[in-house]
Amino acid sequence: MRYLRKMSTLKYCAEKCAGCGRCIEVCPQGVFVIRDKRAAITDQDLCMECGACAKNCDFNAIAVSAGVGCASAVIRGMLTGGEPTCGCGDASTGSGCC
Amino acid sequence: MQRLTFIPSANIKKKPLPVWTMGTISTPAGAVLKVRTDLSRADIWGMVKSRVSAFRMNYIVMPGLYAVGEPTKECDVFVTANYKMSFDALRRELTGMNAWVLVIDTKGINVWCAAGKGTFGTDELVKRITEAHLNSIVSHRRIILPQLGAVGVSAGTVQKKTGFRVSFGPVRAKDIPAYVSSSYKKTTEMSLTKFSVLDRLVLTPMEINPAMKKFPWFAAVVLIIFGLQPSGILFQQAWYGGLPFLVLGLLAVFSGAFLTPVLLPFVPFRSFAIKGWLMGLVTNFLSAQFYSFVNTQDKLLLVTSYILFPALSSYIALQFTGATTFTGMSGVKRELKIGIPFYFGALGISLVLIVLFKIREWGLV
Repeated sequence: MRYLRKMSTLKYCAEKCAGCGRCIEVCPQGVFVIRDKRAAITDQDLCMECGACAKNCDFNAIAVSAGVGCASAVIRGMLTGGEPTCGCGDASTGSGCC
Repeated sequence: MQRLTFIPSANIKKKPLPVWTMGTISTPAGAVLKVRTDLSRADIWGMVKSRVSAFRMNYIVMPGLYAVGEPTKECDVFVTANYKMSFDALRRELTGMNAWVLVIDTKGINVWCAAGKGTFGTDELVKRITEAHLNSIVSHRRIILPQLGAVGVSAGTVQKKTGFRVSFGPVRAKDIPAYVSSSYKKTTEMSLTKFSVLDRLVLTPMEINPAMKKFPWFAAVVLIIFGLQPSGILFQQAWYGGLPFLVLGLLAVFSGAFLTPVLLPFVPFRSFAIKGWLMGLVTNFLSAQFYSFVNTQDKLLLVTSYILFPALSSYIALQFTGATTFTGMSGVKRELKIGIPFYFGALGISLVLIVLFKIREWGLV
């Protein structure tokens, strides 16, 4: 399943890639493959902006504005003026999601 | 918290130990609790309760190191969250193996959500590796994390700080035996999240529950509106006039919190708001067919129901983005940017129409 088109903020710079394959190891959506000893993006629309690739790329070849794709978290972020955060597990918010 | 990891043998008898433990194993760093790999009836009941209620909010395992089987210095170390359901999913897959399990403190939240929050994170992992004296318990320098933990853990930093090289294993614990026996090679299948109809179905109770908690407020407003007369509130009128709207409200919850999630890939459009709105429209249409009251009684109410309930279903369906495996924040923000004015608009128009209905009912025009 894919979400909205052309929404993901994923940016990848092939020149910096060393071909270690970490991004493929961590991506839950199969966004990356190795092509000619370097990572390549298969389909940008598959990206859910979890940020695992950017966090684990030792060569800073990947950047993504990571966050939770969760409506109630985004609404909470709008109301509090902060970053959208998952309220899951905060007894104070009483949220029972995820 | 840490006490349970290296229980001095004298202490073990004092504290009642969880039923899923079975004695201890001695290590250079002290005694380590051994865990069973079969799930008891209590474990399964805990899983069911976590799927349907707030019971999940405090379903935890003490963080620290545990042993499965009779692990040696050479055995693998698997890391997991201290949400009991995550821990259970891991240990049942380790049946017949000798391994170490390092439970890190994620405040009782599952791996993926905790990683998104940063509690299943680099610092916490480094802290637990150090506190458990993992470097004196195993001779190798590798640990296996669930792949979805990568959102919160930087493998490079962990290696720099502890010397342990992180391997991100399969997404699902059930693939661990195959992963281990293929000398830690992941197939593409093992790296991808799935979101089958069953996966979606088990998530729906926690979509319906929060929505139903707010339902009494909706019901109260509906009953007051329909019961309100110049002479006061008439209960009979409140009930007969309000009942159709209460039923349609329930069906909107059902449509947004159950039908849309379960039928997700089959409902057209990628937007959750549109999916939910369409399902709400269909539900409202079908129920209006069976329920002649709205039709015959008043066209104004019929129109109101078509404006209000699909929008309600849409809003509830949008909440399901938080439970999916594939929605991103940028997309959700876009949906809300368009959705929220639409929902307020639908609510406003509905209220105006209801006021018109009451004005006519009271014979003011």
